[in-house]
Amino acid sequence: MSHANLLTSSSPHVHDGASVDRVMQSVIWALMPASALSVMVFGLPALLVILITVASCMVTEQLFMLIRKRKTTLGDNSAALTGLLLALTLPPHSPWWVCVVGGVFAIGVGKQIYGGLGYNMFNPALISRVFLLISFPAELTTWPVPMPLFSDGAFSMSQAFAIIFSGEYPVNQALDAITMATPLGQYKMEVSMGKTVTDALGGDYGFSYINSMGGNLVGSIGETSAILLAAGGLWMIRKGIITWHIPGSMLLGTLVPALIFWAFDSSVYPDPLFHLVTGGLIIGAFFMATDMVTSPVTIKGQLIFGASCGLLTYIIRTWGGYPEGVSFAIVIMNTAVPLIDQYTRPTIYGQRPERT
Amino acid sequence: MGIVASVLKKFHGGVHPEEFKDLSEKCAIEPMPMPERLYVPLHQHIGSPCEPSINVGDMVFKGQTIGRPQGFVSAPVHAPTSGKVVEIRQHPVAHPSGLTMMVAVIEPDGKDTWHKDISGLEDPFKHEPAEIRERVRCGGIVGMGGATFPSFIKMSPPKDKVVELLIINGVECEPYLTCDARVMEEQTTEVIDGIKIMLHGLQTENCVIGIENNKPRAIEIMKAAVKDIPEIDIIALPVRYPQGGEKQLIEVVTGRQVPSGGLPIDVGVIVHNVATAVAIRDAVRFGHPLLARPVTVTGLGISRPANVQALFGTPVQEMIKHCGGLKNGTRKVLMGGPMMGVAIGTLDVPVVKGTSGILCMTSNETTDKPEQACIRCGRCLQACPVSLMPTEMAWLSRHEELDKLQEYNLFDCIECGSCSYVCPSNIPLVHYFRFGKMAIQTADKEKKRGEIAKQRAKAKDAREEKVKAEREARKAAMKAKMAAKRKAAAAAKGEKPATEKESAPAAGGNDKAAKAARAAKAAKAARAAKAAKAAKAGGGTKDAAGDGDDKAAKAARAAKAAKAAKAAKAARAAKAAKAARADGGTKDAAGDGDDKAAKAARAAKAAKAAKAARAAKAAKAAKAAKEAKADGDSQ
Repeated sequence: MSHANLLTSSSPHVHDGASVDRVMQSVIWALMPASALSVMVFGLPALLVILITVASCMVTEQLFMLIRKRKTTLGDNSAALTGLLLALTLPPHSPWWVCVVGGVFAIGVGKQIYGGLGYNMFNPALISRVFLLISFPAELTTWPVPMPLFSDGAFSMSQAFAIIFSGEYPVNQALDAITMATPLGQYKMEVSMGKTVTDALGGDYGFSYINSMGGNLVGSIGETSAILLAAGGLWMIRKGIITWHIPGSMLLGTLVPALIFWAFDSSVYPDPLFHLVTGGLIIGAFFMATDMVTSPVTIKGQLIFGASCGLLTYIIRTWGGYPEGVSFAIVIMNTAVPLIDQYTRPTIYGQRPERT
Repeated sequence: MGIVASVLKKFHGGVHPEEFKDLSEKCAIEPMPMPERLYVPLHQHIGSPCEPSINVGDMVFKGQTIGRPQGFVSAPVHAPTSGKVVEIRQHPVAHPSGLTMMVAVIEPDGKDTWHKDISGLEDPFKHEPAEIRERVRCGGIVGMGGATFPSFIKMSPPKDKVVELLIINGVECEPYLTCDARVMEEQTTEVIDGIKIMLHGLQTENCVIGIENNKPRAIEIMKAAVKDIPEIDIIALPVRYPQGGEKQLIEVVTGRQVPSGGLPIDVGVIVHNVATAVAIRDAVRFGHPLLARPVTVTGLGISRPANVQALFGTPVQEMIKHCGGLKNGTRKVLMGGPMMGVAIGTLDVPVVKGTSGILCMTSNETTDKPEQACIRCGRCLQACPVSLMPTEMAWLSRHEELDKLQEYNLFDCIECGSCSYVCPSNIPLVHYFRFGKMAIQTADKEKKRGEIAKQRAKAKDAREEKVKAEREARKAAMKAKMAAKRKAAAAAKGEKPATEKESAPAAGGNDKAAKAARAAKAAKAARAAKAAKAAKAGGGTKDAAGDGDDKAAKAARAAKAAKAAKAAKAARAAKAAKAARADGGTKDAAGDGDDKAAKAARAAKAAKAAKAARAAKAAKAAKAAKEAKADGDSQ
């Protein structure tokens, strides 16, 4: 009666089938529509930036695993996701070496030196973007105007390679002729010089909410379509990959102060909708702040974390030295996560204070 | 029924695994042929194990007590049929760490003869609640939902607590299992009779039966059966694991939470399983102890899923054989459901009071994926019905941060497995928590042991300290003696004439020099006395150690004699010393010719000498005792 082949593991003996690689994969899927639209809007150079950054992250991950003599972790999809997220924070014509350095930094310094997935303190993509922004400000703030695929003057594959790998532009499209300030940059620069919000964004600049929401917007690759990014985020909430708490509280954290200050003086402070559809607020709220490793696990903690990210974003956007504050806000709040978790422990069953 | 919430409450978290109840839910509870041998464990409940009350070779009758309960939280074990006890030995049982346990091996005689003393109460409602409780206790009835807590304890609420509501647990939230559903469908009147007896035993009038919506037939049948019974209500519950957990069920039905570390009675509730209700009825009405139970044999790995009435002690192998055997590709056999059941490594394991199912799982049903790093997704927090933080607790368990673990309420974990079920990294969280609980319990035991050792060490230090102090005292005494001698000598030389003159009218020996000499003598005598005592102690030790040894006895006798002699001498010396002191005192009081300074010196000297003598005595005694002991040891 020997049954040596019977397994004797610990309970429970069933599982709902969720896995890390599927979670990461779902996030990648959720980013696909917005990424595809970005490539449509900015053309093949943007595609190259995405591919180089993702490859850089995956190669770095694999190298670290070889050095640490571990099995490959590429299968958990987290390196690919980090690469995609980082690429989406970069300008569409970022030079190849920015992508490579960014990828190496994100995976190497942002994740692996902490011990790999699950142990990192900062969102790897964002800490890398912050590093790049501080180190290479020129490359990180060169914003080409949209040049959609299949349009007149769209870049061919060889032109895209020339732009990304040697910085050479086609003769009729000199770099400075095709760049523009982002809406947030424009607002910051002009309003600080005494113009009103309307004057700064209207006129020659021609800011339009419709264009912004639809994706026809100057900015980094992932700042294009607020609508598609939000759709991806809502799909993730529906699928149970993330909950509404962080994105919801982060959006409110920016929009509530925006509303208050706009109501106070609309000539200096732009309206909440402007804050919502420009820059990286949506991608930050749904895809960056919700990075599981670097956000709180308690519901209360998530609300505090999200709201703080949102508020910091508004403060940096409005009074800071940089036009955009999402990356800084989230990276700063990443450091507070252990503390937030510790002080927001849920009340357990049976320790609820008696109602009197 | 004020206690029952008007709207069903929700408990936090929970999961909904695939149910697989359809495999066996239509199979009526069937009897089983008598196995060739029954392996009846003497520990089938939470609490202390039973002592066997039979011997190998005894004939036992059905229902005869074969295991006597030990302590309060315990339940007797009975012979499931008549037959012969062929062995009492260790045997594998269902336990997470594969432990063995004492079992009585019974070879049935096939006659299934009841023990002669079996008798029931014809009308339980005419009897005192105490009588009901006693019958439940003697019947060896324990909670049959799986926790196996002795039922009579739940039937005996403390005097200061009021039972407002009896909840009957027909939730059966574990996937696969269907035996409780079958009990409700097939033994409806028995369940209800059992409930009435329990209500009488608890002296309360409110009862609800909680049943999950995935058992519509059971709900329908029970509802029809209680239509005319105002005390009993049926509540249909949305399906959610672990709703059948006692605390979760109480929260859902009443909205109250059992305090952490408390019992359901603290919120006025008692919970019993449906099968327990039937068992209580049998015990009270017929005097039948708990001998068998319905068991769901199921899973994709079994040829013929079934609900089987199995005698305790029936090996799992027999049950599986009865159900057509295992299919190819069976990877795991569990006792219990898939969420909390124990995987067994051998099919020799017997069915016990807490066995609700035998689940044979194929690799299609059960997962065995490698553990990955925690990505802090927080799904475990959302799933935990106790609102714990499994993320942090797993980390702390792995690093054996035992104090911190308790701070994170480790002992409130009910090990329901919801956290592991949802973990995308396949972290065996429940396993970590069991490990943590065990580590804490072990550490507590060790701490207690350590405290005893610490006290011992402290006592030893104190002893050594004392010895040291005595050594110092002895040194001081020696010094004092020398000083006294010197003084005495000096006095004898220089002051003698004057003293003699002065002291003439007083009693002899009150002069300073003589007094000092006497004091010294007294010290010596005292020392001698102490030495004698020590010798005696040594003799005692020797006696004990020598144990009839001639030499030792002789030595002891010699020591005794020496002691007696010395004691006499010492007594004399002490008397003299006392007299001397008294003399000195009288003289001082009389204020005779002595100048003040001399007087003070004398008094001090005398006191010092006496003190030194005392100290020296103690020190020597200790030393001698030690030596004697060493002596005795070496012998």
